[in-house]
Amino acid sequence: MTTYKIYIPRDSSALSLGADKVFKAIKVEAANRKIELEIIRNGSRGLFWLETMVEVETDQGRVAYGPINPSDIPSMFDREFFLGKEHSLSLGITSEIEWLKNQERLTYARVGITDPVSLNDYEAHDGFKGLRKALKLTNQEIVDEVTDSGLRGRGGAAFPTGIKWQTVLNAPSEKKYIVCNADEGDSGTFSDRMIMENDPFVLIEGMIIAGLAVGADQGYIYLRSEYPHAQAILNEAIDIAEKNGFLGKNILNSKFSFKLEVTRAAGAYICGEETSLLESLEGKRGLVRYKPPLPAIEGLYGKPTVVNNVISLATIPIILDKGSKFYADFGMGRSKGTLPIQLAGNLKQTGLIEKAFGITLRELLYDFGGGSATGKNIKAVQVGGPLGAFLPEHQFDTPLDYEKFSEINAVVGHGGIVAFDDSIDMSKLARYSFEFCAIESCGKCTPCRIGSTRGMEVIDKIKDGIDQEKNVEVLKDLGETMVHGSLCAMGGMTPFPVISALNFFPKDFGLEKSET
Amino acid sequence: MLTDNKLLKIEEHLTVLKDKPGALLPIMHAIQDDLGYIPEESYEPISKALSLSVAEIHGFVTFYHHFRTKPSGKHILQICRAESCQSMGSENIESYCKEKLGIDYHQTTEDNSITLEPVYCLGNCACSPAVMIDDEVIGRVTEDKIDELIQEAKKNDNL
Repeated sequence: MTTYKIYIPRDSSALSLGADKVFKAIKVEAANRKIELEIIRNGSRGLFWLETMVEVETDQGRVAYGPINPSDIPSMFDREFFLGKEHSLSLGITSEIEWLKNQERLTYARVGITDPVSLNDYEAHDGFKGLRKALKLTNQEIVDEVTDSGLRGRGGAAFPTGIKWQTVLNAPSEKKYIVCNADEGDSGTFSDRMIMENDPFVLIEGMIIAGLAVGADQGYIYLRSEYPHAQAILNEAIDIAEKNGFLGKNILNSKFSFKLEVTRAAGAYICGEETSLLESLEGKRGLVRYKPPLPAIEGLYGKPTVVNNVISLATIPIILDKGSKFYADFGMGRSKGTLPIQLAGNLKQTGLIEKAFGITLRELLYDFGGGSATGKNIKAVQVGGPLGAFLPEHQFDTPLDYEKFSEINAVVGHGGIVAFDDSIDMSKLARYSFEFCAIESCGKCTPCRIGSTRGMEVIDKIKDGIDQEKNVEVLKDLGETMVHGSLCAMGGMTPFPVISALNFFPKDFGLEKSET
Repeated sequence: MLTDNKLLKIEEHLTVLKDKPGALLPIMHAIQDDLGYIPEESYEPISKALSLSVAEIHGFVTFYHHFRTKPSGKHILQICRAESCQSMGSENIESYCKEKLGIDYHQTTEDNSITLEPVYCLGNCACSPAVMIDDEVIGRVTEDKIDELIQEAKKNDNL
C-alpha cells in the first residue's frame, strides 16, 4: 500500500485558524477511506491568509492547498489531493508561489519546510553546519565572521552584533552568559515566535556558537509568557539537542560545554529592554538599569553577558556556514543582510517575508500585502512596534533601511509592519501609545512614568477643544522631554508614534490647520 | 487562611527551586501554575527561603501583569488590545466580550467561569483580531466566534 506524505503546520498562528481541526479531519477521512498517510506537522511557511495550508509531497515538489477548513476535507479526498491533484483550493507548487518566490530566506531557510523538532530534518537541511565550522575556529575568528557580516541587532536597536560579542570576548571573567531576548512584545511582530516554534534548533545552534565565541558556558532564553507553544517546542528541542551531544558537556566531542534553559517571563513589556530583562532573570522587578556599565561588561549577575534578540542569534549559523561575505552581499548601505518583515494588521495578505534590506514599504503593502483587508485606502502604517512612528502614504516609498528610516524619524525596529485603513482615528492611536506606556512603564524614571499619563490628559484636552494651540505646544514639549530625559526606549520613543500622528493627521485631533 | 495542603505545595516548590539562580521568577510561576494564583500567605515562607523581605516579594508580584494574588475563574479569556488587533476592530471585540460576560477587565463572571484580561500582543498579528482562552490562541475572531468560545468553556465547566 502506498503511503502519501502530507504536511500540516503546527505554528500557533496556523493553530489559531484551526490547523489542529484540519489535522484531525484529514486523519479521520483517511482512515475511513483506508488511505495511508504520513502526516508531518511542519512549521508555517508564513502565508497566513492561506492558513491552514496543507502540502503534499509529489515528484514535482511540494504542492500546496489553502486555506483549508475541515469542511473542505471530503472534497479534497474526492479529488485525490494526496496525489497532488487539482482542487479549487490548489495553490500549485509551494516554492513557486509568488509570495515565497520573491523572498530571500536565509534565517528562515527551513521554516515551514521541516518538522521543527526533527533533528534529522534539521541536519538534512544544513543544520549544525555553522557550529561544526565554528568549532574549528578560534574565538576571535568567530567574532570576526560576525563583525564582517554586518549583522545588526534585529531586536530593534540595530547595534552591530559583532561589536557586542567582541566586547564580551575582551572582558576578562571566569563566568560569562549568553542571553536570548525572546520577550517579543511589539505589536505587529511574530518573527521570533516563528523561529522558536518552527525552527528551534537554529536558535539553539546560534546560542551555542555565541557561547563558543565569547567563552560562555550558560545560556538563557528569556521567553514571554504569552508564548506557551514556543515554550513547549523549545524545551522539546533543547532536550533532543542535549541527548544528541549538541548541548551539555563536550559538545560534538570538543572541549566546549554549554548549557541552555528557557526562563518564562511574566507579562511585562519592559522586560524586552535588555537591562530590565536581566533584572527579571535575576528574580527581581524588571527595573531598567543605568548604562554604563553595558551588559557586555556587567550583565547577568554582574558578569559579561551577550544579550541578543532571537533573530540575531538565529542568523549566526548561516553566517558561520556560508561566510560573512555571503551574508553581507545582501542588503543596502549599512543595513546588511536580510530582515524578516512581518506584515500585519489590516492587509489582505499578512505573514512573514524575509527580504534583503532596501525593499520599499509600498512594495510590501501592495505587492506582497495586496492592499488593505477591508478594501479601503491604507491611511497609515506603524513600523517597528508600539514605539515606532506612524508613516502616512507619502512616506510609503521609503526603503527598509535603518538609516533611511532614521532620516524620517522612524524606526525599522524588529521589522513589524501594521497597516491601518482610513476608518482609523489616529488621535485614538496616539492616546493609546501613552496609555500603553503608562501601563508598561517600569516606573524608574519620571519622564516615562509621569509623562505617559500627562500625555493622555493633554491629548484629551486637545480633542475636547480646550486651549488647543497651547496644548499642542505642551504635547510637543512633553514629547521632547520624554525623548531626551527617559532612561530607556520605552519613554524615549513613545513620543515617536504620538508626534507623527499629530504632525501627519492633525484633523483627527480636531485641529483644523494642516501642519504637513 | 490558606489550607495546609496549599502551604505544603508552596513549601514543595520552594524546596525544589530555591537554590536556582534567579529563583523568584520560576518559584512564582510554579506556585501560580499549581494553585491558580499567588496567595499573599506565600510571601512569608518565600521571603524566608530566599532571604528577601516580604516587601520585596510583594513588589515583585505586583510588577508583573502575569501574576495574580486572587484566584481567577476556571478560564482566563485574554483579549489583545495592541495596534495590529486595533486595526482589525478589536475594540468591538472588547466591548462585545465585556457586555456578553457582564464584567470589565480583571473581573470574573458570577458563575466563576471566565476571567477577562487585556493582553498586549499574542504574536498572532497576521491573524488579527486575536484572543487567547487558557493556552489556546484564536485568530480572526468575530462576535460569533466569541459566543462559541464562551459556550465551549462553560460546557466543559459542567462536565
